[in-house]
Amino acid sequence: MTDIALTAPAVAPATATPSLTKTSRRARRLAYLQAAPMALVFLVFFIVPLALTLMVSFWEYNEYEIIPAFTVQNYIDVFDGCLSTSDPCTTLRTYLSTLKFCFLTWVFTLGIGFTVAYFLAFHVRSPRTQMVLFLICTIPFWTSNVIRMISWIPLLGRNGLVNDTLRGLGIIDRPIEGLLYSDFSVVLAFVHLNTVFMIVPIFNSMARIDRSLLEAAYDAGASGWQTLWNIVVPLTKPGIAIGSIFVITLVMGDFVTVGLMGGQQIASVGKVIQVQMSSLQFPAAAANAVVLLGAVMLMIVAMTRLIDLRKEL
Amino acid sequence: MTEIKLSRRTLLQGAGATGVMLGAGPITGFPNVIAAEPVTLRYLGTAVNQSADIARKVKEDLGIIIEYIPVVTDEVAKRVITQPNSFDIVDSEYFSLKKLIPSGNMMGMDARRIKQADNITTVFTKGELNGKKIGDQGTAPKKVFYLEGQTGKTFASSPTEWITLIPTTYNADTLGIRPDLIKRPITSWKELLNPEFKGKASILNIPSIGIMDAAMVIEASGDYTYPDKGNMTKAEIDRTIKVLIEAKRAGQFRALWQDFNESVNLMASGETVIQSMWSPAVTKVRSQGVACTYQPLKEGYRAWASGFGLPKTLSGKKLDAAYDFVNWFLSGWAGAYLNRQGYYSAVLETAKTQMEPYEWAFWMEGKPAEKDIKGPDGSLLEKAGAVRDGGSFADRMGGVACWNAVMDENTYMVRKWNEFIAA
Repeated sequence: MTDIALTAPAVAPATATPSLTKTSRRARRLAYLQAAPMALVFLVFFIVPLALTLMVSFWEYNEYEIIPAFTVQNYIDVFDGCLSTSDPCTTLRTYLSTLKFCFLTWVFTLGIGFTVAYFLAFHVRSPRTQMVLFLICTIPFWTSNVIRMISWIPLLGRNGLVNDTLRGLGIIDRPIEGLLYSDFSVVLAFVHLNTVFMIVPIFNSMARIDRSLLEAAYDAGASGWQTLWNIVVPLTKPGIAIGSIFVITLVMGDFVTVGLMGGQQIASVGKVIQVQMSSLQFPAAAANAVVLLGAVMLMIVAMTRLIDLRKEL
Repeated sequence: MTEIKLSRRTLLQGAGATGVMLGAGPITGFPNVIAAEPVTLRYLGTAVNQSADIARKVKEDLGIIIEYIPVVTDEVAKRVITQPNSFDIVDSEYFSLKKLIPSGNMMGMDARRIKQADNITTVFTKGELNGKKIGDQGTAPKKVFYLEGQTGKTFASSPTEWITLIPTTYNADTLGIRPDLIKRPITSWKELLNPEFKGKASILNIPSIGIMDAAMVIEASGDYTYPDKGNMTKAEIDRTIKVLIEAKRAGQFRALWQDFNESVNLMASGETVIQSMWSPAVTKVRSQGVACTYQPLKEGYRAWASGFGLPKTLSGKKLDAAYDFVNWFLSGWAGAYLNRQGYYSAVLETAKTQMEPYEWAFWMEGKPAEKDIKGPDGSLLEKAGAVRDGGSFADRMGGVACWNAVMDENTYMVRKWNEFIAA
């Protein structure tokens, strides 16, 4: 997509004038050349694997081989039972559950991310303190995300720290079971893991806001909330959009967090694909991956409809 | 029948030996290899069987360098099928053979080159123990032990000179329980779905094994008797998954587990009090000072077995080294090492010579330990006086009800399992 945009201006004058001058032809070649490395990387690591996945999703398979053929059976299997209205089918259930986590994670990471970024950008005066605090936000990311997740388990377990403390204080007399291996723990881990992906782009957008705009708003008599809502939020939109794309795509494709924190009892699209891959059902897994890709792309298209990222940047 | 076939093989063995003498020269084994450059064997398998001690001992005895490629069970099968040149010897579960052999990437092991081939326990070769038949539902090793031809894609129903996998380890699995939290005897698989343990039970989230445990529970509760738990029809899969979904919706399971450490943590932390479990996981929970029993149940065990196989492309020095390694593996030291971890080894006689009599009595005969029982690493496993859960080899392996399996309806089963997870 980027390379098309890059080459477009070079192509436009070429079609306008039938006889190309030497320099414009050279400029055109140069533009192609400049776009080539990125295009090549895209082609090899993105387009080709994607095309292969799409192709394999229409193949047949058995226990030990995938057979080049054309069948839509894999897709029929994905949507098996989805036409019945009484009981939602596996795929629908799985997507609904994943979407629920997406939404909850998005709401919380946005709330926390925006607040943290706002504090960093507008309340911390010295750029040095700003940088130090910003780096502190990233410290948890110095360890692997699996370790960060596992560290919740002794805290939230039936005999974990939280339950023991609450019982010790006499607030509860039997442990709260829902702390671990539940929707709560999954959302908690997602928020913990992904908030930084909101903080960074939002902070970046906020840092670029011209301070004189805020002063002007203040001078014009706007209250703090009015300034926030009418000045800061609209100008932070690109950051919010980028952060949202990060968080949503990460949550949509995740199966490790849902597996670990949900006690393997909560479905996720990624898990379905992983189970199929490990039993060598590559075409079925490919079909699921294509459906997932479609779903995520729809969400991103919807988001970019709301905010024109290219214009805002 | 079998007896006649066996003698046919012995005959073939003789014939083969003559052929070899005329052809490639005698197979002398170990010294051959030591003289040459050290050979490296890439050993694909699950981490469970890949101990550094074994690699060190092989290096000492044979001069062969073992390079482990540790992956999970499903990944072993995937590697054999998709990257058959990425290893020199594979340690695979027998149930995977239904996928591996038709792929044509493996070759049969020449029984004539395996010195202890005739002494491999009858659990594998005939599916019986001390003359008594043991359960053969699922992919029982005897069903997939022999090949029609070295590179054949079909299993032989009677012994031939081509062996698919030479057994490394095997065991009988059952439920693990926390006796200190349950406080009453557990005797049946049906207790796994007993509402008494609501929110405190777990089953493993590996579809092909999990569904067998579920089938054991359903049979134990008297709802249904499967003709073959290891090879269900679609209707039987539906029925089994339905029971699981009902239990899940009622909140029976605290969590499902997928790997060894998850099962240990669930049990040790008291999140669960009853769950499907693997023997070394029980040992690990106990080593943390937490009471945990590998509970024998009246309906019997779900067994598994794994063994060495060779990729079809292996040849020359590496092939010789692979046979030397397998022969070494069966010659006692490794067997004793595995027996001391609670697994069982392929050739019991040779392992016995490498174990102290009190160790043999504890691990294999189910007798109370005369002295403290130590693991291969020297850590204390059981105090003197303790008895192994489930008792002797004959009691445990003799009580096998079914074997880990790949069903004919595997694809459908995996789809239904995903439905259970999503429910």
